[in-house]
Amino acid sequence: MRYSISQRGESSSFPPGDAFLAGASAGGEVAIHLGTPIKIDATKAAILVELGTECLGVHTGEKAGEEGSNVLGFARYRNGRDAPSQLIELVRQPHTRPEAIAAAKVVFEAAGLVVVVCSDQAGRIIDRLVRPKYNAALRFLDEGLATAKDMDLTCRLGLGYPDGPIERVERGGLAYHHDVTAALFAVTGAAAYAPARRAVVARQRDGKE
Amino acid sequence: MSKPIETVAVCGAGGTMGAGIAIVCARAGFRTICHDVADESLDRALRQTGNFFAKSVERGKMQAADKNAVMGRLSRTTALADLADADLVIEAVFEDLGVKRALFGRLDKVCPAHTMFASNTSTLSITEIAAGSGREDRVVGLHFCLPAQLMRLIEVSPGINTSDATLRTAWAWCEKAGQLPVRTQDKPGFILNALLIPFLNDCIRAVEAGVAAPADIDTAIKGGLGYRMGPLELIDLIGLDTQVRLCEAFYPITLDPRAAAPPLLRRMVAAGLLGRKSGRGFFTYDAGKMFGA
Repeated sequence: MRYSISQRGESSSFPPGDAFLAGASAGGEVAIHLGTPIKIDATKAAILVELGTECLGVHTGEKAGEEGSNVLGFARYRNGRDAPSQLIELVRQPHTRPEAIAAAKVVFEAAGLVVVVCSDQAGRIIDRLVRPKYNAALRFLDEGLATAKDMDLTCRLGLGYPDGPIERVERGGLAYHHDVTAALFAVTGAAAYAPARRAVVARQRDGKE
Repeated sequence: MSKPIETVAVCGAGGTMGAGIAIVCARAGFRTICHDVADESLDRALRQTGNFFAKSVERGKMQAADKNAVMGRLSRTTALADLADADLVIEAVFEDLGVKRALFGRLDKVCPAHTMFASNTSTLSITEIAAGSGREDRVVGLHFCLPAQLMRLIEVSPGINTSDATLRTAWAWCEKAGQLPVRTQDKPGFILNALLIPFLNDCIRAVEAGVAAPADIDTAIKGGLGYRMGPLELIDLIGLDTQVRLCEAFYPITLDPRAAAPPLLRRMVAAGLLGRKSGRGFFTYDAGKMFGA
């Protein structure tokens, strides 16, 4: 299935030089928006809008749970400064057309990406689930539960993770973690998402390093 | 604590964790006394231990003579009095404060003064377990990871009254046993479970909130973070009823909302969906194959 790309600024999902960008062709059945406002077009198989921390509803509007069309949101998961993963989180609304979801999957999977589908909730899947854990690890570090090295080692050896929470959140950027958790906290109000002290410090120091 | 550790006793050695700890001890050259209240549990555990070492020999990881030597270092008993020779007692009994405290209290009357007591608790306080043991300064937390015979990590936690000498001895013993100790404070869940239990609950809540299907959540976590196993598959492996018990141990101490058992988890347990052991949890298991529930 052919896809077109409309882009303004740099995409977090597809940085310059990414092969996916080169695969686009004008007039494709799927329209992909990277930083550009969406244009409603019912003739498209799917219209895909790249999301940051915002919900898809910001782009489409919402109608008391009746929202949904051929417009989907997506983000290729990346841990801040890390390179993007192969995972696409595809965001649907309650009445998103199944054919639009199928078309979006075809386009991304043809590019070798792995697609998961989630509802239009803050943090999608991964950030919603891992950011509280990073917050907890940062708090444990402040409270002296263990050293950063030991916490990371414990997660790698005890749980088989490729990296520990502190090394991962620092590698991705504490200021980035601040921004993601602040956005989650604004929507959920849950204390688990309130940015950890070290993330707040990093954001406040941003640009001074 | 001048006497070197030569003999280790493992209480609860008839269970999965205790049997694994006994393997670690015997394999490292310590005379190892396997204690449990039930003879049948010890029968089963020692049979599995023999199979484990036989497989090690089969795979070329161990010489047959070494296997015989290791098995020869293992002894078994259901009588606590037989632990009188132990220099170190590691308990891996039921995760209940009263049970563990009572055990240490009885052991204090059996073991000589130099014997160090260690608890393999994953959620309880070392200080509280040690209280009333009569040797609070010689009690330490040694939390092994499951399966203990394969995982090198041990969380080492001193209680408030644990002496520096005890901590140093425990640390050195871990290293001599070929394990990798990490030090944590005596706080609920130490490092591993303090991070894991609330995370797993968050994943259950995400299912309940309709964020995504279990299979999509697991795929996302594995694909995005490189975890070997998805969190919901892990809960199925741990057992949903066990996850409830962990929450019930954890939440009253921490009052962390993330540690409270999610309503969906309780409903699934009530419905008999316990995970792998019942054939169905977040996924359905049929003849070793897994399908999204």
